[in-house]
Amino acid sequence: MDDLLSEFLTETNESLDVVDVELVRFEKDPTDKAVLDNIFRLVHTVKGTCGFLGLPRLESVAHASENVLGKFRDGELKVSTEAVSLILKSIDAIKTILAELEANECEPEGNDKELIDRLNEIASGKAAAVAAPAKVEEKKPAKGKKAPVKEDASNTFADGERKIEPVLGRDLLPGEVSMEDLEAAFNAAPGPDEDTSSATVAKSVPAVEETLGEHDDHVEDHEPAARVNAKTAKSKSDGANKNSDTSIANQSVRVTVDLLEDLMTMVSELVLTRNQLMQIVRDQDDSKFKVPLQRLNLVTTELQEGVMKTRMQPIGNAWQKLPRIVRDLSHELGKKIELKMIGAETELDRQVLELIKDPLTHMIRNSADHGLEKPDKRLASGKNELGTIKLNAYHEGGHVIIQISDDGAGLNIDRIKQKAISSGLATEAELEEMSDLQIGNFIFKAGFSTAEQITSVSGRGVGMDVVRTNIEKIGGTVDVRSTAGKGSVFTVKIPLTLAIVSALIVESYGERFAIPQISVIELVRASQNSEHKIEQLKSSPVLRLRDQLLPLVYLNDVLRMNRKAPIISDDAANQNEMMTGQAAKDDFVVVTQVGAFRFGIVVERVFDTEEIVVKPVAPILRHISVFSGNTILGDGSVIMILDPNGIANMYGNVAVDQEETKVEVAAVDGKDQKVSLLIFRAGDNTPKAVPLSLVARLEELDCSCLERSNGRDVIQYRGQLMPLVRVADNYPLKTEGRQQMLVFADETRTMGLAVDEIVDIVEDVLKIELTSETAGLVGTAVIAGHATEVIDVSHYLVVAFPDWFEESRKTRMKAARRILLIDDSPFFRNMLAPVLGTAGYKVTAVENAEQALALRDQGLLFDAIVSDIEMPGISGFELASMIKADDRWGDTPIVAISSHGTEDDFERGRAVGFSDYVVKMDRGALLRSLTETLSVYGEAV
Amino acid sequence: MSTNGIDADNDLRTAKMSSTADYVTMIVDNQLFGVPVLEVHDVFVPSKLAHVPMAPPEVAGVLNLRGRIVTAIDLRLRLGYAPRDPGVQAMAVVIEYHGEPYSLLVDAVGEVLSLEETSFERNPSNLDPKIRDVSEGIFRLDEKLMVVLQLDKVIQLLNGAMAA
Repeated sequence: MDDLLSEFLTETNESLDVVDVELVRFEKDPTDKAVLDNIFRLVHTVKGTCGFLGLPRLESVAHASENVLGKFRDGELKVSTEAVSLILKSIDAIKTILAELEANECEPEGNDKELIDRLNEIASGKAAAVAAPAKVEEKKPAKGKKAPVKEDASNTFADGERKIEPVLGRDLLPGEVSMEDLEAAFNAAPGPDEDTSSATVAKSVPAVEETLGEHDDHVEDHEPAARVNAKTAKSKSDGANKNSDTSIANQSVRVTVDLLEDLMTMVSELVLTRNQLMQIVRDQDDSKFKVPLQRLNLVTTELQEGVMKTRMQPIGNAWQKLPRIVRDLSHELGKKIELKMIGAETELDRQVLELIKDPLTHMIRNSADHGLEKPDKRLASGKNELGTIKLNAYHEGGHVIIQISDDGAGLNIDRIKQKAISSGLATEAELEEMSDLQIGNFIFKAGFSTAEQITSVSGRGVGMDVVRTNIEKIGGTVDVRSTAGKGSVFTVKIPLTLAIVSALIVESYGERFAIPQISVIELVRASQNSEHKIEQLKSSPVLRLRDQLLPLVYLNDVLRMNRKAPIISDDAANQNEMMTGQAAKDDFVVVTQVGAFRFGIVVERVFDTEEIVVKPVAPILRHISVFSGNTILGDGSVIMILDPNGIANMYGNVAVDQEETKVEVAAVDGKDQKVSLLIFRAGDNTPKAVPLSLVARLEELDCSCLERSNGRDVIQYRGQLMPLVRVADNYPLKTEGRQQMLVFADETRTMGLAVDEIVDIVEDVLKIELTSETAGLVGTAVIAGHATEVIDVSHYLVVAFPDWFEESRKTRMKAARRILLIDDSPFFRNMLAPVLGTAGYKVTAVENAEQALALRDQGLLFDAIVSDIEMPGISGFELASMIKADDRWGDTPIVAISSHGTEDDFERGRAVGFSDYVVKMDRGALLRSLTETLSVYGEAV
Repeated sequence: MSTNGIDADNDLRTAKMSSTADYVTMIVDNQLFGVPVLEVHDVFVPSKLAHVPMAPPEVAGVLNLRGRIVTAIDLRLRLGYAPRDPGVQAMAVVIEYHGEPYSLLVDAVGEVLSLEETSFERNPSNLDPKIRDVSEGIFRLDEKLMVVLQLDKVIQLLNGAMAA
């Protein structure tokens, strides 16, 4: 294509994008002169250049819209939505023509008479307005150049009239062309580098004249401009720019993306070679290469960063079109929408930027169409008529996080359920077992749309699945959180760049793999006799990490490497050793996070971290989802890069569910929560269950270790005597072989519960169907399709430590009172929730004061609040004062639970508004206290 | 492996015929296979082949060829022969398909033969399907038969099998 034309296309497209944004801004604040000036200038430049290039159709459209804009500027026309819409339309028309122009290098057939007529109508009194001489007195465009000659051009800028043409040093005559017009033409013409002969300039001027002449702009005197040769004109504009936009433009150089890509590839190769050299030198103790290599290392790193920077672009570039889209949507959908954009300056790799543009646009459309309600509905639900879509971008640990939130109605879980059933994605039974979060994620499945009506915007059944696919393609994740009535938040997490990543090199089964550092949270060394020991729950390996069980996957299992040996292998002997020695050796657990899920990948060895250049795998291997690419290491060997996403998907359910349960507990209603339950057998054949979170460890001990003391079974366990209790008194302990047990632990005390067999771990709703009077049983529930006895851990704690709870269970409440339980310790939450639940209360458990207050903001009401005192963040005392100070929950009684029970604490608790103060372990006292408190308050309310 | 006979024979025919084509010959389990010489980018002794877990069995692994990552396909497995005995060194023939480099692992690489079209014929009907899928036809050499490989099929079918 003609250089001139392609330059024109690039520039015009850029200008038009700016016009889009500016117009929307302008519509909001029609008094903002600067914005209008800018729009006018841009449209004018487009018009000017079109004329020069001989593109009449483009030019006429641009001209007509310029007229309207001119009227706006002169105050002759009031800014109206229709007028702005029309101008936007004409911008679209220009874009369409441009696209055609780009494809065919000539203007498409046809004319835009209708559009132009309407524009002219708006410009009132059509032809008269068009020919109005006033318009030629172009307000000085912001881009305008100061002439180095005589006049101090800044004056020209400063005074509002802007009629003084700096070059001429006098007012422009009607119909006279200002310097800028010529500049624009010059700029579009081949630069001085290509052709400095004044002949070209002279030639181009008549062209401009001709063009302008067509639109009644008479160039009466172009002499002064024509005399200026191209070179001086150029240097003038170089030296004298005031406007910051243009000065930046002048300092920057346009290079093709290809060139940058090439540079990047070369730097990548350089990094590889550097790594290779470093590796060689590392093995030699005193090499004379060390110092220069250090320097090379430094320079390479800087070069790499520099080149990376050239690829970085503010994310705002991807957002440019959004205000326009939202504006159009709000008209189309009849909704009032405000788009807030935060963090537009956040930079990321342009390659990534390109790839997220479309998904982002789609998500915004989605929020506007599905998320936000119509104004009347919003008003009815007590919200501001104006819906808000917020776009927020920020950096977080090598990732860019983009959040798209709206304050609309939130996801309609019921409708998603219906849709999931009708489209065969899930059965009713499956849905029953899913959390709202899981159901919400159905919107990312192919062919899913819940919009009742198919609008031109969305509801066509394609969309969020494409969004997800596209985001995942670049190693990103997307998920949605939604609160009914309050809106939804889509969170997109994408890597900063795709080219070079830092990766952890690990080995499993004699093969090395790279795990991108960004998804690695920590490394844990696990060995049989250390604190971190890999334990098996039936066949599922887990690791106790701080206060949580971390699900594990063995990398060699994931990769099914125990079946097939490599065909060519440098160290076959090594392989064999790996096969046999796997279990006995120390393992490393790479704790990995994918989205909100955490899991551990068990590997045999961990090497260094290395900067690796990600290369895509061959197409024939692309279907293997556990790899995201491959790379060449410093030593020249090729290794595969693991994709934690892919691994999580293979083993996902375990990890996903666990994490989601946690979220759910924190989330809203206490009913129908899913819990992980450990199923075991002891004594008889009835399966028994206990919430997994209560179990600290699973142990297996040789029966010879069993001792009896003071009429109780005890074992020496980790330097302490641990009582071992049985499920029922008549259930005999084994006398030989190994005895399995569940270990329950509190801060200082541990207790073992002897069991015959661990059966399984399942996720299910713990709903006690039949309560039990038998000591030690909470009741019977249907778990995984079987009637299962849910054991009452507190009972056994009492058996083991008679002082653990002093009181046994008391009377139950008649009506289901709602209790909010706030405790930061999962142990107590998990223990007290069932205790209170069994006593007939409906319990909602949250882990801190903030979540509790969030529930208050959601308008939930409780009959009583049971709160811990020592909590991170807002303490129980502070929470009580906050609750008492607010009307909403002001009358709700609060019972404090604490592990400390001094008289002072009691006093302080009462002072800030606690109704009662109970020592944490005293379950009986808590139930009693609640009964009393509720009966008092129950009457009062 | 003696190809002197073929060579001499070949020279003779070249003299007589003009329509010839050059093939790189490869040996897999004593069977001769040919690939058009222009398709072959490189022939080398592979070392440090990195195994790719979960890949189709025919994919022997990936290796580094002067900074490029090349996917190695074991022709023995691809064509349904028994796997190579452990410890036996294979040879790699590098080809390109859709801009991606692949290497074919074979037992040995022979010389380049100029073969005339008259000795070429379609696949016999009883040809093993595994070979027929990838064979363009057969050249009748004096002592041996050479199967001409269709490289796109060698790689494509692998793809297709996986997609299914």
